[in-house]
Amino acid sequence: MSEHTLTSPAGIATGAVSPPLRQVSRGQLASIVVDSALLAKRSLMRVPRQPDWLFGATIQPVMFILLFRYVFAGAIPIPGTSSVDYIMSGIIVQGLVFGSINTAVGLSEDIKKGLMDRFRSLPMPRSSILLGRILADLMLQVFVTAISIGVALAVGFRPNANPAEWLGAIGLMALMAFTLSWIGAIIGLTLRSTEAVTSIGLVWIFPLTFASSAFVMPQTMPGWLEAFAKNQPVTLIIDAVRGLWTGYYPQASSHTALYAVIWLVAVCIVAIPTAIWAYERRMAN
Amino acid sequence: MAQRNAVIVEGLTKSFGKTRALEGIDFTVGEGSVVGLLGPNGAGKTTTVRILTTLIKPDGGRAEVAGIDVLKHPEQVRARIGLTGQYAAVDEILTGRENLIMFGQLYRLTHASAKRRADELLERFELTDAANRTVKTYSGGMRRRLDLAASLLVTPPVLFLDEPTTGLDPRSRNGMWEVIGDLIKDGTTVLLTTQYLEEADQLANRIVVIDRGKVIAQGTANELKNQVGGERLEITVPHGTDLERAESALINTAGQAALDEGGVQIDPVNWRLTVPFPAGAKGLPVAVRQLDEAGVTLADLALRRPTLDDVFLTLTGHAAEEGNGNGLKEDSEKAA
Ligand SMILES: Nc1ncnc2c1ncn2[C@@H]1O[C@H](COP(=O)(O)OP(=O)(O)O)[C@@H](O)[C@H]1O
Ligand SMILES: [Mg+2]
Repeated sequence: MSEHTLTSPAGIATGAVSPPLRQVSRGQLASIVVDSALLAKRSLMRVPRQPDWLFGATIQPVMFILLFRYVFAGAIPIPGTSSVDYIMSGIIVQGLVFGSINTAVGLSEDIKKGLMDRFRSLPMPRSSILLGRILADLMLQVFVTAISIGVALAVGFRPNANPAEWLGAIGLMALMAFTLSWIGAIIGLTLRSTEAVTSIGLVWIFPLTFASSAFVMPQTMPGWLEAFAKNQPVTLIIDAVRGLWTGYYPQASSHTALYAVIWLVAVCIVAIPTAIWAYERRMAN
Repeated sequence: MAQRNAVIVEGLTKSFGKTRALEGIDFTVGEGSVVGLLGPNGAGKTTTVRILTTLIKPDGGRAEVAGIDVLKHPEQVRARIGLTGQYAAVDEILTGRENLIMFGQLYRLTHASAKRRADELLERFELTDAANRTVKTYSGGMRRRLDLAASLLVTPPVLFLDEPTTGLDPRSRNGMWEVIGDLIKDGTTVLLTTQYLEEADQLANRIVVIDRGKVIAQGTANELKNQVGGERLEITVPHGTDLERAESALINTAGQAALDEGGVQIDPVNWRLTVPFPAGAKGLPVAVRQLDEAGVTLADLALRRPTLDDVFLTLTGHAAEEGNGNGLKEDSEKAA
């Protein structure tokens, strides 16, 4: 990294007395990191400035936690474990899945408002535009999930995990948030209107989160749905996170977490290039 | 010819699906000069700017900006341009100063330099008082000024301004013109697009007129005006007048010129009719008498130099600005 001085052409005067502007030159990799961080910071600056947005983003998971804790937990007995622990694990992961909509909406709005064009006309690596957004959304997810976990603990969620298991659960959730953020990016980059992004960005989430092991045991569902619910990745992730937190594994598999990671990595391998492709395609016109 | 070209455009073509946005565009912008790319909505102005600023790739042709091939070295081009797009592309949630500092850092200025430069530009564009307010609270004119400031952070050699005043009220538009005029005086090379003939006339040294993806004329405002010949006779008639009758009376009066140069333009909203009138002031008394004899009552009568509106109408057979009335009636009849 080196600094050099900009020669200031006539006119757009920097003022006779002011010292010349300094520009930094960085390698490609350093640029990607620095510029992604700059753009992530920019995305995060809106959080304290849009209290209504923040309220919405946190109140929904909190509301779900309270509703499920007090409305459903008593009615849904789960053999072998406390239904509060069972449902709380599910709802926290479910909140993260919903959070992927942020990436979709954020990208869609940046395109609509012309910011994307401005970013792309700047001498910075274009990969930073996507990475910065995903980094920011990941941090938001961590923040919102921390609140959710806090509330869940306050209303009777009792994980018995050791620090390593906590770390595993958090790591797995972070990997999931990261992965889903790329899916959100594909949606935001493919659909043209923000309205479509919001609705379609949510529709795929409902079946995946409700037809899963989040709130009830899949065995209680009709056969065809049970087959889907047992084998879809959200169930796998919820089972893994729940297992790490509470030690409860419905299918008595200690490999659940490993399978969940494999699923997520596989989805990433498909989703990241697809998102980049969707980005290029969208930007081409 | 000592002057070098800061922008060279050769045979650019671009289609979006079946829409042929550019059908082979050629023009140049001399270093330190201002070229106005003038054309109606959908002419291909934004597409041209997006190609030159490396946002999209053309289907054919080539372009150079600041001596660099846009297709071969887009990243080098990006280090040498400023772009102010058609929509004020600043972050609404950030303050004016935060926006400029962020863009400055993305232009690789050090944090200290970005801050200092932001303050200089805020001052220069009279945004200092609003510097610490979020852009959401800015007026349209303030946003455009901030947007322009954001493209000047590192004093780029070539500046692209895509419809910098579209959507602004007349007062903000004048403010923008002053700001752009100052930049131009400083010697920045500017390619400016506009739908406003008056704006191109005001700001640009040379005008490139494009329509439906093709360059249909270029030259100075005066050269273009000369292309459409002499003066225009403009009459306003009382509401309810038979416009067809007034039109044929005018054609009679103006003679062959009216037929050669596009005929009578009718603005039915303002009850105004305009016709090429090479006879000029000398011909006025006769014209007034003839119109009177034809039974056309006059609310107003004036002789004026051709405007770029007339240029456009003569060159393309349709008006440049939608909804300004001139020639629209004829045009829609032709289209029907
Ligand atoms: N991304 C796009 N997809 C499809 N058509 C487009 C796109 N961008 C521009 N066009 C079409 O190309 C033509 C030229 O558009 P544009 O360059 O935006 O014109 P102008 O800026 O002069 O109003 C128009 O017909 C427009 O509809
Ligand atoms: Mg345009």
